[in-house]
Amino acid sequence: MSTLSEAFLQSFQLIFYLDDTLVEVVLLSLSVTFKAVSLACFIGFPLGTALAVLSFPGQKTLVVLFNSFMGLPPVVVGLVVYLILSASGPLGPLGLLYTPAAMIIAQTILVTPIIVAHSRQIIVLLAEEYDETLRSMQATRMDIMCTLLWDSRFSLFTTVLAGLGRAFSEVGAVMIVGGNINHFTRIMTTAIALQTARGDLALALGLGIILLVLTISINALAYWLKSTWERHSYA
Amino acid sequence: MSVLKWVVLTCVLVGYQVQASEDFILLQSTTSTQNSGLYEYLLPGFEKTHGIKVKVVAVGTGQALYNGSRCNGDVVIVHSPEDEKIFVESGYGINPHDLMYNRFVFVGPRSDPVGLKEEHSLQGVINKLGQGLAPFISRGDDSGTHKKELSLWRNENVWSRGDWYLEVGSGMGATLNIAIGLDGYTLTDLGTWLSFSNKSNHEILYSGGAELFNQYGIILVDPEHCPNANIEKANQFLQWMISPEGQQLIARYKINGQQLFFPNAKPKKIQ
Repeated sequence: MSTLSEAFLQSFQLIFYLDDTLVEVVLLSLSVTFKAVSLACFIGFPLGTALAVLSFPGQKTLVVLFNSFMGLPPVVVGLVVYLILSASGPLGPLGLLYTPAAMIIAQTILVTPIIVAHSRQIIVLLAEEYDETLRSMQATRMDIMCTLLWDSRFSLFTTVLAGLGRAFSEVGAVMIVGGNINHFTRIMTTAIALQTARGDLALALGLGIILLVLTISINALAYWLKSTWERHSYA
Repeated sequence: MSVLKWVVLTCVLVGYQVQASEDFILLQSTTSTQNSGLYEYLLPGFEKTHGIKVKVVAVGTGQALYNGSRCNGDVVIVHSPEDEKIFVESGYGINPHDLMYNRFVFVGPRSDPVGLKEEHSLQGVINKLGQGLAPFISRGDDSGTHKKELSLWRNENVWSRGDWYLEVGSGMGATLNIAIGLDGYTLTDLGTWLSFSNKSNHEILYSGGAELFNQYGIILVDPEHCPNANIEKANQFLQWMISPEGQQLIARYKINGQQLFFPNAKPKKIQ
């Protein structure tokens, strides 16, 4: 049997028998990704809005920086986080290296620039549209930012999805800071890397298929939620 | 805003901090012992009887020792006696022991374009590979296997490398995948090879004697250098691994009826 068909068979078997290890790995993947993306949104949305609305010295530099950081190499981020969390590093005493928290920190760093850059882009456009109205209402800067952020909530959905995609499929950084420890920091992508190293290409590919199916499901769910919400808001 | 952000971040971190203070030791290990499935076979028994969880981080020997020297681990299992000696002498490790051994083997395509099968000496193998008739894939990652391979070339004075010599900078499994993809040769430890599933049309073409000996060692991280190391529990683990019980279990681990690791625990002489 070819590796590809064997891979499909393996992934069906894993899902069908609801393999314990698989469930554990998937749940940790989801938990790390959602926590990282939530943190990134929490930091990124206000920051993106501020960069769109306020003008201050160095604002343009910041915009360029965040745009560039969308392409941060995960391995480099992993290394930097490793050095910071390392027992002899500045945050060593927290004992976070090789824990899910370390993976969340690394992924937050990777996702935040995506959220900042995309939300800034979206809000800049809306700000132009709203400019006169908001000025005639003599809205404060805080009001302006809140209004723009709230009114672009549906467009920002895609931004969140982009962040989720980056975090969910990332392997380089979490491998270094998480250590791929069985039952503790092993997630979908690091498990795939491990099975590849063991030469079990069918199982690796099978896990890859499951990862892809999960990504599609999350996107479908998000799309459905968004359209329902949109309908309710404009109905 | 920024205050709130830090509050949330701290909560998340503290949450994990509590979770992280469980009873466990961190083992920095070479990849072959993990990829071969040895730990999955050994550790549950130890964890049950001693109530100590062993978390395994599997990286190349070079990185495992580096991580240990930075205090990111309590105990290391590696296979590069020279580097282990330096590790202990530099004050990073204590109580070094030999743990077990197996062999390094040369693997390559069954068609064997270079003709390793007819060779009966390591010298001959190295000379033939050095002619560059087929790709040779080198780990190139500072691992125990990489160090061993480099020492072979150096001994035989074959240092003129052409484009047949590919340093891939990857783990053993990834390197084997590349060798198979390119129909090339490589040096691997026997444990990884026996447990490797993607052998395709590759097989062992040369397995020598004493000169391809592969010794694994176990070392505790020095608590004087790393005061936070979980030294007491790590020592319980080391003592168990070198005890008759641990050693018998190592000997009993087989894949397809073949033994992967041969126990030979004894204190290492370092001086």
